[in-house]
Amino acid sequence: MNDVSIKINGELVTAMVEPRLTMLDFLRDVAGLKGTHAGCEHGVCGACTILYDGNAVRSCLMLAVQVDGQEITTIEGIGGNFERSGELGIIQDAFCEAHGLQCGYCTPGMVLAAEALLAKTPSPSEDNVRDAISGNICRCTGYVQIVDAIMLAAQRLGNRNDMLLPNHPSTQQDK
Amino acid sequence: MKAVKFDYKRPATIDEACCLLAGDHNARILAGGQSLIPMLSMRLSRPSLLVDIAHIAELTQFIETDHHIEIGAMVRQAVAQVNPLVKTHIPLLAKALEYVGHLPTRARGTIGGSIAHADPSAEIALVAITLNAEITYQDGEDDVVFDASDFFIGPMLTLAPPSGCLVRTGFPKAPAICGTGFHEVAPRRSDYALASAAAQISASVDGRIEKIDVGVGSVGDFPERLKVDALLTSDLGDDTISQVLHAAMADIETVEDLHASAAYRKRVATELAIRAVRDALNEIKKGTRQ
Repeated sequence: MNDVSIKINGELVTAMVEPRLTMLDFLRDVAGLKGTHAGCEHGVCGACTILYDGNAVRSCLMLAVQVDGQEITTIEGIGGNFERSGELGIIQDAFCEAHGLQCGYCTPGMVLAAEALLAKTPSPSEDNVRDAISGNICRCTGYVQIVDAIMLAAQRLGNRNDMLLPNHPSTQQDK
Repeated sequence: MKAVKFDYKRPATIDEACCLLAGDHNARILAGGQSLIPMLSMRLSRPSLLVDIAHIAELTQFIETDHHIEIGAMVRQAVAQVNPLVKTHIPLLAKALEYVGHLPTRARGTIGGSIAHADPSAEIALVAITLNAEITYQDGEDDVVFDASDFFIGPMLTLAPPSGCLVRTGFPKAPAICGTGFHEVAPRRSDYALASAAAQISASVDGRIEKIDVGVGSVGDFPERLKVDALLTSDLGDDTISQVLHAAMADIETVEDLHASAAYRKRVATELAIRAVRDALNEIKKGTRQ
C-alpha cells in the first residue's frame, strides 16, 4: 500500500492505496466522484477523460500512485461556479442546448475534451473539434450534435471574452 | 479489467532505476503508461514491480549533436510534436507524430515508451527504422547502443537488455534540402494503423537526389525499410516509383488478423509508400523545406 495525496478540483484527497489502483478507480471509489465514467478501462473509449496539466488524459491509463503530489480536474470541477455546485458551465450548457448527449455515458469525457481544446484553441474549426474528440467514443453515435455543441460553446466563450473588452456594444449599452 | 498486484518505485536517477531493474527480473519500466497500463489491466503483463521513470529529469531532454537530435526516453509525444528541434531537424518524425494515438494519449505517451514497446503499427518505431535512429539503453553502468534497423526482432520484441533502461533515441538530422512523406490507413482517426509508410528524400544543392529512405509499418512483425536503391539512378517518374516500390514490397512478409488480410495490408502499404515518396519529391521540388 502506498500513501498518495492528489489535489482534485482544488481539494486535497489523501489515501492509502494499492499501486495497481487506476486514477479512474481512485476517483470513483476512493474520492467518491462518480462523474468520471468507467467505459472500456483500457484506453479506447475516452469516457474516463480528466484534465491533467491542461491536457485531456485518460484516467484509466494512469495509476493513482503516478499522480501522487499532483493536481487534476474532473467533470465535477468545471461547472459554472464552484460555490454553487450544480450550475452548468458554458460548455455543459451548450451540450444541453445543441442536444449533444443522448444516453450521457460519454458526455463527461466529451465535455472535458472540449474544455481542453477550447482552452488552447478558442476559435476552433470543425476539423479541430473532430480531432479533439477523435479519441472519445459515443455509442449513441450522436457525433454531429456533439460537434455542434462544442462549436456553440466556442462561440459563446468567444462572445463572453469580447464582452470583457471595454468597447464591446453590450458594455456600451450598460452605460 | 484490474491489474495484478505489484510494487511501485519512483527513482530519481537512471542509475537508481537500473539498480531496481537489476534487482527484480520481473520488474518493468513505466513511462507514459499508454500501452503498458492497458496490458496490465488485461493481465497480459504481470510484473512484480513497476519502475516509474517519469521523475528522472535527464530523460526529458532534447540534445542536439553534430549529426543527431537525441530525444530523452521520457519526452512526451505531444511535447516532441511541437519541439522546434524536431520540427527543424526531424521533419519526418514531426509528420508521423500527428498520427500517433489521440491527443489524450499523446499527452501522456512517450517517444521512448513507444520504441521500447515495439508495437508493429507504431509510427515512432517506423520513423526510427526508416531513418536508422540510434537507440541507447543504460544497463547497469554501461551504455548499450542499437541501430534501429537491428533493434526490432518481432511483435513487441526487441534486443533490449532485460535489466536495461532506454535512455534516449538519436534521430539523424535531415539534410538541408530534403522532403518527407508519411501516410497511414486506420479504422478511425489515429487508431492502430492497418498499414503505414514513411519516406525521406534528400537532394544536393543542384537538385540531384542523393538519398532515399522508405519504410513501411503495420504490415509485418515490425516496421521495415524498403530496398529502393534503384530509384536513385532512375528518372523518378510515377511509373518507375510504382515499379520499384512494388518490387521492394514483394519480399516483405505481411501478417493477417481479423482487421485486415495480408494481401490487403501489402496492397495498401505499397500505395501509401508510393504516395509518401511522391510527397517527399514534391516537397523538394517546391522547396517547402530548405
